[in-house]
Amino acid sequence: MEAYRQTKGRIFDIQKFSIHDGDGIRTIVFLKGCVLRCRWCCNPESQEYAVQTMKVQGEPKIIGQDVTVDEVMRTVEQDRPYYYRSRGGLTLSGGESLCQPEFARDLLRAAKEHGINTAMESMACAKYEVIESILPYLDHYLLDIKHMNPEKHKEFTGRSNELMLENAGKIARSGQTRLSIRIPVIPTFNDSEAEIRAIAGYAKKLDKESRQAGGLGIEKVHLLPYHRLGQDKYDGLDREYLMKDIVPPQAEKMAGLKKAAEQESGLVCQIGG
Amino acid sequence: MGLYQYEITDIKKTDRIDRLIAHLFEKMPEIESARAKLITESYKETENEPMIMRRAKAFAHILENIPIIIRDDELVVGSSTIAPRGCQTYPEFSYEWLEAEFDTVATRSADPFYISEQAKREIKEADSYWKGKTTSELATSYMEPETLIAMEHNMFTPGNYFYNGVGHVTVQYEKVLAIGYEGIRAEAEKLLSECDFGDGDYARKSRFLQAVIISCNAVIAYANRYAELAKQMASECRDAARREELLKISENCSKVPAKGAESFYEACQSFWFVQQLLQLESSGHSISPGRFDQYMYPYYEADRKKGTLSKEFAQELIDCIWVKLNDLNKCRDAASAEGFAGYSLFQNLIAGGQNGDGVDVTNDLSFMTIQASMHVQLPQPSFSVRVWNGTPHEFLIKAAELTRTGVGLPAYYNDEVIIPALINRGLTLKDAREYNIIGCVEPQKAGKTEGWHDAAFFNMCRPMELVFSQGKDKGVQVGVVTKPVEEMKEFEEFYDAYKEQMNYMIKLLVNADNAIDVAHAQRCPLPFLSCMVDDCMKRGLTVQEGGAVYNFTGPQGFGVANMADALYAVKTLVFDEHKATLKEFKEALATNYGKGLTKEMVGEMTAQIASSLKEAGQDIGEKEIAAIMKTVIETSQMPAVKENGERLLKLIDQVPKFGNDIPEVDAFARDVAYTYTRPLQEYKNPRGGIYQAGLYPVSANVPLGAQTGATPDGRLAGTPVADGVSPSAGKDVNGPTAAANSVARLDHYIASNGTLFNQKFHPSALSGREGLEKFVALIRAYFDQKGSHMQFNVVSRETLLDAQKNPEKYKHLVVRVAGYSALFTTLSRSLQDDIINRTEQGFGA
Repeated sequence: MEAYRQTKGRIFDIQKFSIHDGDGIRTIVFLKGCVLRCRWCCNPESQEYAVQTMKVQGEPKIIGQDVTVDEVMRTVEQDRPYYYRSRGGLTLSGGESLCQPEFARDLLRAAKEHGINTAMESMACAKYEVIESILPYLDHYLLDIKHMNPEKHKEFTGRSNELMLENAGKIARSGQTRLSIRIPVIPTFNDSEAEIRAIAGYAKKLDKESRQAGGLGIEKVHLLPYHRLGQDKYDGLDREYLMKDIVPPQAEKMAGLKKAAEQESGLVCQIGG
Repeated sequence: MGLYQYEITDIKKTDRIDRLIAHLFEKMPEIESARAKLITESYKETENEPMIMRRAKAFAHILENIPIIIRDDELVVGSSTIAPRGCQTYPEFSYEWLEAEFDTVATRSADPFYISEQAKREIKEADSYWKGKTTSELATSYMEPETLIAMEHNMFTPGNYFYNGVGHVTVQYEKVLAIGYEGIRAEAEKLLSECDFGDGDYARKSRFLQAVIISCNAVIAYANRYAELAKQMASECRDAARREELLKISENCSKVPAKGAESFYEACQSFWFVQQLLQLESSGHSISPGRFDQYMYPYYEADRKKGTLSKEFAQELIDCIWVKLNDLNKCRDAASAEGFAGYSLFQNLIAGGQNGDGVDVTNDLSFMTIQASMHVQLPQPSFSVRVWNGTPHEFLIKAAELTRTGVGLPAYYNDEVIIPALINRGLTLKDAREYNIIGCVEPQKAGKTEGWHDAAFFNMCRPMELVFSQGKDKGVQVGVVTKPVEEMKEFEEFYDAYKEQMNYMIKLLVNADNAIDVAHAQRCPLPFLSCMVDDCMKRGLTVQEGGAVYNFTGPQGFGVANMADALYAVKTLVFDEHKATLKEFKEALATNYGKGLTKEMVGEMTAQIASSLKEAGQDIGEKEIAAIMKTVIETSQMPAVKENGERLLKLIDQVPKFGNDIPEVDAFARDVAYTYTRPLQEYKNPRGGIYQAGLYPVSANVPLGAQTGATPDGRLAGTPVADGVSPSAGKDVNGPTAAANSVARLDHYIASNGTLFNQKFHPSALSGREGLEKFVALIRAYFDQKGSHMQFNVVSRETLLDAQKNPEKYKHLVVRVAGYSALFTTLSRSLQDDIINRTEQGFGA
């Protein structure tokens, strides 16, 4: 076995038959650990790198498992017939996958070298060298941009956005991967038309820079409406859910924002993944 | 025909179709007495004649005299009852159950029927003739006592053909369309003229051919009655447009099915009379139209080329036939109604696939049949599509659009498995390539096969119960005396005991089915049906007597997932990890894992203990029985019993289960399925054919689960058994792809009477073109791995809960129940709950 298949990492879930996170039918591997602490995060158990205990329906459950690339790939391989028929594949998610750079890189490599399409959901919150090492194995970068205002970004996620925006530009200009922008639409945080337009405008800039550098531009902009499905997990972790009074955006509201994003960016926009 | 001869056009539904449907569903279906009266009159006139002649004369007498009706707005006519969705009765097969249910049939939970006091009187009067003359009575007298005991104890239920006609056939529709019954009659006359008085088979063959001639004449005369009625109605009709329609109907019926059809419209009318009258000759269900898109195509194509048929009118005619297929109905006994719930007649109609040369023959009509099911949104026909590597992608996308409507149709079938599976059973390559589906999921070659496809329900959980009781049920020795489980040292001993119980029950099942088979041949040979199945006329034998080219008997097993999980749990916990003993299992099963005993369980255990005390020489009276019963109830509530049950359930829960893409468990399940499929194929039937297993339950997994005690997979007493080859409800926790991978690891080729795999989706999993693409990819990938069949319920849990609360709002809500679509609100409460509780296969969060 190749050495890189022995690389170890920490995951908290593998979800098969994902049909809203990239092309075709996909298997999502969720890596544990994140640099941000978004208030709306629907996977709060992803944030700490440490193995945790979370109560699920009253029963304590260990969250976090140390595995090798090879072990993960055995599960990923099981759905190869579905990837083949749907042009699907492997998606890394988190957490922020870049917090485990070698593991993320080697998972993508293992898939790519065996003919499985790869995608990664990420905020690009890492040194660019880390990202650069991953790009050769990545078919599709699903890049999160949450807000253009550094202060507000810091207030709601715990970190300012400069590094991520800078990396977004470098990824776009690298021309090495397909790139889509994902915007979580969070009431009280970024759901005004002006805020969405600001991100859409940045997406337009990225698209232009990418194309000038010979890249594919921005493929799509996804507007992901806030949902509350992660709420119970906060209780399970004995944490307070700060967004409990927030109501998910209405369909009409989302349609309006989508239209605004389209106008501003001139790109293909869609609601949902 | 070349490759891909089709053009996709979405044609709108006409208002006529809505009106026809509204009329059909206005009232509760009704039982009528005409057929019972007429057949009895005829039989009384023909005592001492050959049975085949009596059948033909009775058929003719019915067709001459049964009341006929043309419903408002109909373009294709022919109704077996005056009331919409009504049914006739068939006392020659069985009648006692109906009389016993006269006063409850209108109020029962599954498939209620209205019956008037006059109809009750008339049916009762007719029935008095039939005592001792039915197929079910003759069948009983052919069965061995052991078999009758096993049936009494619900080890298996051949109720379908025991009490009713067989049906389950696809005839040569194309032959009737081409030469009409005058042509078939001429064939019979020619064969008859070639018979010599001195031939060894003269007596039987000549009478059979005469019976065919009588039947053909009867059908032609029946169509002429419709021609007359339409003409008369036209003369009284004030609406000019309708008058023209009625005159056209009259013209059609005076020509077909006597002669060959010369237009698509005539072909539709001719098809309909075949479809309707087969079901008036015998009470069998699953009379399946089969490859409608293929045999109707030449008429469609010719009219289109001539420019005499618009696509819109062709679509309307197809839609009319779809509505008519829901006009036919059948009343079953209350228990069977639970097993076949949803007023379903399982008239399976299939589109797409290859021709005999292996060329894909998807055509315009293939698409228009999908469109028709989208238009009518009704359970009939049981609509299916054939899928192979050469199936046009757009055809599957169109089929997926139908799935998305939530009507539970179509079912998807894999040519790549079914064709080789049929060749393995002796079909020629050409015949196998032309297969269609009968009833729920059973493949066969049309016009050549008597498949006896739905021959019994075999509950694979019951023999497991016998392993723990050494073959006893309610104190009666029903199965084999195997070793007490407490003394078993190796897993193989336990597994062998299960196989021994299985083998014995399979043999009794064969005894029951063959007894019924012979009874049908002797008491209810069917000349009309037999004139449309090769080689009956040449051989001079009806299909019931072995006249068909291919003969099978296909009883279906269910509970594979339960038994795989059960045996795997016993192996793991008792023999590999030594965490539990078989004695503990035995106690936990007898006490329903400490979760409380039902009345039936208390009765059963009391009977069991009383019988073993009797055997030991004790006197058991009423007082002793009461004492035993008290002890049974008290024991089941003891804390130690509850503790043992809880502990075992927890342990079992941790053992891996079938349906999660775990190769070791799935390989085990494959072997467990062989305990049914392999012994069965060694048996022969009286028509010279072999047995072949199916693995599907229709909806019997719910009522028969209710008669099944707790099982070692942690399933509690009385709860549903797993559905078809699907994983046990709620045990597949890794999503639809993992479940499909596990199911694909079973041997679908050996279960050549069909396997059934159910999945349930929220509509959002199929939203947009992208959703359809991914859905089609899922089916393709399952079929790449050699799964045989797949079907889907696409409806939200909320919708179903609301439909339970407000059934009146959901009169038309169709769900797929194991092998067919049914009206949700007509299902019994327990089956409704089962559908709601089945794992909802998620889609990405």
